[in-house]
Amino acid sequence: MDKLYRVGQSPHIRTKETIESVMYDVVIALLPTLLVAIYFFGMKALYMTLVAVISAMLAEYVSLKLMKREITIFDGSAIITGMLFAFISPVTLPYPYIIIGSVVSIVIGKMVFGGLGHNVFNPALLGRVFLMASWPALLTRYVNVDGSAGATTLDYLKKGKDLMEVFGHNVYLDMFIGKMAGSMGETSALALLIGGLYLIYKKHIDWKMPVTIISAVFILALIFGQNPFYHILSGGLFIGAFFMATDMVTTPYTTSGKIIFGLGVACITMLIRLKGSYPEGVAFSILIMNGVTSLINKYTKPKKFGEVKSNE
Amino acid sequence: MKLFSFKGGIHPPENKDLTENLKIEDFKIPKEICIPLLQHIGVVLEPLVKVGDRVKKGQKIGDSSGFLSSPVHSSVSGVVKKIEVRPFPVSGRVNTVIIENDYEEEIFEYPKYKEYEKLTKDELLKIVREMGIVGQGGATFPTHIKLNPPKDKKIDVLLINGAECEPYLNADNRLMLEQTEKVVKGIDIFRHILGVQRVVIGIEENKEEAIHKMKEEASKYGMEIAVLKTKYPQGGEKQLIKAVLDREVPSGKLPSEVGVVVQNTATALSVYEAVIEGKPVIEKVLTVSGLGVKTPKNLRVRIGTQFKEILDYVEIDREKTEKLVMGGPMMGLAQHSEEVPVIKGTSGILALTKKEMNPYKSRACITCGKCVDACPMNLSPLMYAKLARFQEWKEMDKYDLLDCIECGSCSFVCPANRPLTEGIKIGKAKLRAMKR
Ligand code: SF4
Ligand code: SF4
Repeated sequence: MDKLYRVGQSPHIRTKETIESVMYDVVIALLPTLLVAIYFFGMKALYMTLVAVISAMLAEYVSLKLMKREITIFDGSAIITGMLFAFISPVTLPYPYIIIGSVVSIVIGKMVFGGLGHNVFNPALLGRVFLMASWPALLTRYVNVDGSAGATTLDYLKKGKDLMEVFGHNVYLDMFIGKMAGSMGETSALALLIGGLYLIYKKHIDWKMPVTIISAVFILALIFGQNPFYHILSGGLFIGAFFMATDMVTTPYTTSGKIIFGLGVACITMLIRLKGSYPEGVAFSILIMNGVTSLINKYTKPKKFGEVKSNE
Repeated sequence: MKLFSFKGGIHPPENKDLTENLKIEDFKIPKEICIPLLQHIGVVLEPLVKVGDRVKKGQKIGDSSGFLSSPVHSSVSGVVKKIEVRPFPVSGRVNTVIIENDYEEEIFEYPKYKEYEKLTKDELLKIVREMGIVGQGGATFPTHIKLNPPKDKKIDVLLINGAECEPYLNADNRLMLEQTEKVVKGIDIFRHILGVQRVVIGIEENKEEAIHKMKEEASKYGMEIAVLKTKYPQGGEKQLIKAVLDREVPSGKLPSEVGVVVQNTATALSVYEAVIEGKPVIEKVLTVSGLGVKTPKNLRVRIGTQFKEILDYVEIDREKTEKLVMGGPMMGLAQHSEEVPVIKGTSGILALTKKEMNPYKSRACITCGKCVDACPMNLSPLMYAKLARFQEWKEMDKYDLLDCIECGSCSFVCPANRPLTEGIKIGKAKLRAMKR
């Protein structure tokens, strides 16, 4: 008999893009931040990231085994979660806690929901909040880049201090390139921006999300009589805006949904920063907005083509 | 230069270069031809011949009194050997007339009308129907019906689709290049039938030569050329109308609603041949391509030629070929076997290898939204696979499923390779059944 060909629905060709290629692009986008962290905080930053990534992958491996699922630990998503978790931790965090946080991120943040694509909350942020709730002191032990203990700029702001006075020189530039106290991957707005631009160029994320968040925080700071530059350059706003609020799985897929989400993140962040007891607000606000993502998706369905009046 | 475009869409690898500069070749006329009695959307035709009858080239051999029908003609002279149910490239099997070629090429004569301007609209429409002209972009909608829109809709623009946005295909491109005069005259016949002044011919930017030649010729008739951005599905009727005229066809309506009739360039050539040369639709120009064939070509073949003969000619590598497709890779129909004939809607035959298809396993949706950005109809494709799996047909309707034009853009871009188009097709069938 003659050859029988495979049949199936059109389209018969597909993009070369896969989940893996998208995820590894995000990993690539996170590399500048890693390099800057190593530069400012030393090799400890690299080791911490490696520990976080490996424990995330192992946690995913064990979960998938238990769930009797196909092992997909190299799809890149666990690597991203591990990296992000390390990046939002202070470099002083002892290794056991890194491991705990990373494992919690994967297991509670992702696998209990059914794995990649099914989780509601950003896994790394969930891990971070878990640690913050369990060992709050550990997560605020920031060091300055010279290794001395230091408070974040937001701490100073909360105490009503003038930053110029504290640092003795213009600190915008320092803050922009990452020369300040903070979690290891949050400090350099520049490195995060480079990574973010790469993802926008690759069309993996929509520029409207980070732009909405950052400009909304800027404007809100102005309204409340705060220095807007400090607010956008500190407290993990850039990493949140470019790498967490843009997480595909847990944030809206519609354009208007992204803007609503971004505005929500900005408002809640400012609310927490100005009124709450936490110096940071980005992590909480993204998690809160994650919770309403499916609702936002539902009510921001794109307007279909042809939804025009017909002249009947 | 202004490039006309629409929102959404994708940029699949074009692969047009495989056949772009190849002249249309006449393919050998086969010993045996198989003419399915269904080459239009509508009902199956009644055969007008019996086994043993001698037929001439161009003779009508099947017709029906059904509204949405268009007759078929013999593409050779010879003897009817069999009339039986045979595999059919669109779906399943269909009653087919099998004719043995006697190579006499004895022609069945039809009147020729050089001065088509002197004919009335109804006379022209009758020729268009009798000569079996259907939309040759692949949809095979009977052209005489499309050229006769409801009286209450005032048509003010005739839009010609020369986009040929499907990757690989070059048939329309070559026709515009090699038969420019005939194509444009065919368009003028359309214009005459519709009684409209304004004619716009949309051609994608990547067909530079065709744009140039068509512009030259069309300007003699006062027709406009709109250069379109190269992007898929630029040739989708609704997308084309939006891009060129900035008119949006309301959901569930036809182009006539916004005063437009869209016709394809290859169909224009058929109309020219029918009216001026008295020739029914018995040939088809198509692109045979894909990495599974050694010598891709643009061929003029007799309708009823088996795919197998053509594929042997272009030296298909059967080992390497994973899918055999009639039409383009985005909306074409996958064929089980090579034992199917060329029909009026065959714009191409593609032998696709694994390498160019990029198949991979379907995974969970990561809500990346890429399908939403790609959808030219502004739908939320990601919902379809999910809802179809849970058989939520009503819910699918809420996501405007019936507005989907099945262009496949969403499936193409999905990094998780979700079965989006599959879900859509199942959902549409279920919904239609429910609404009946
Ligand atoms: S949902 Fe339909 S119209 Fe939209 S991209 Fe998918 S196939 Fe095309
Ligand atoms: S492109 Fe695929 S993975 Fe992305 S949202 Fe659409 S269905 Fe989900």
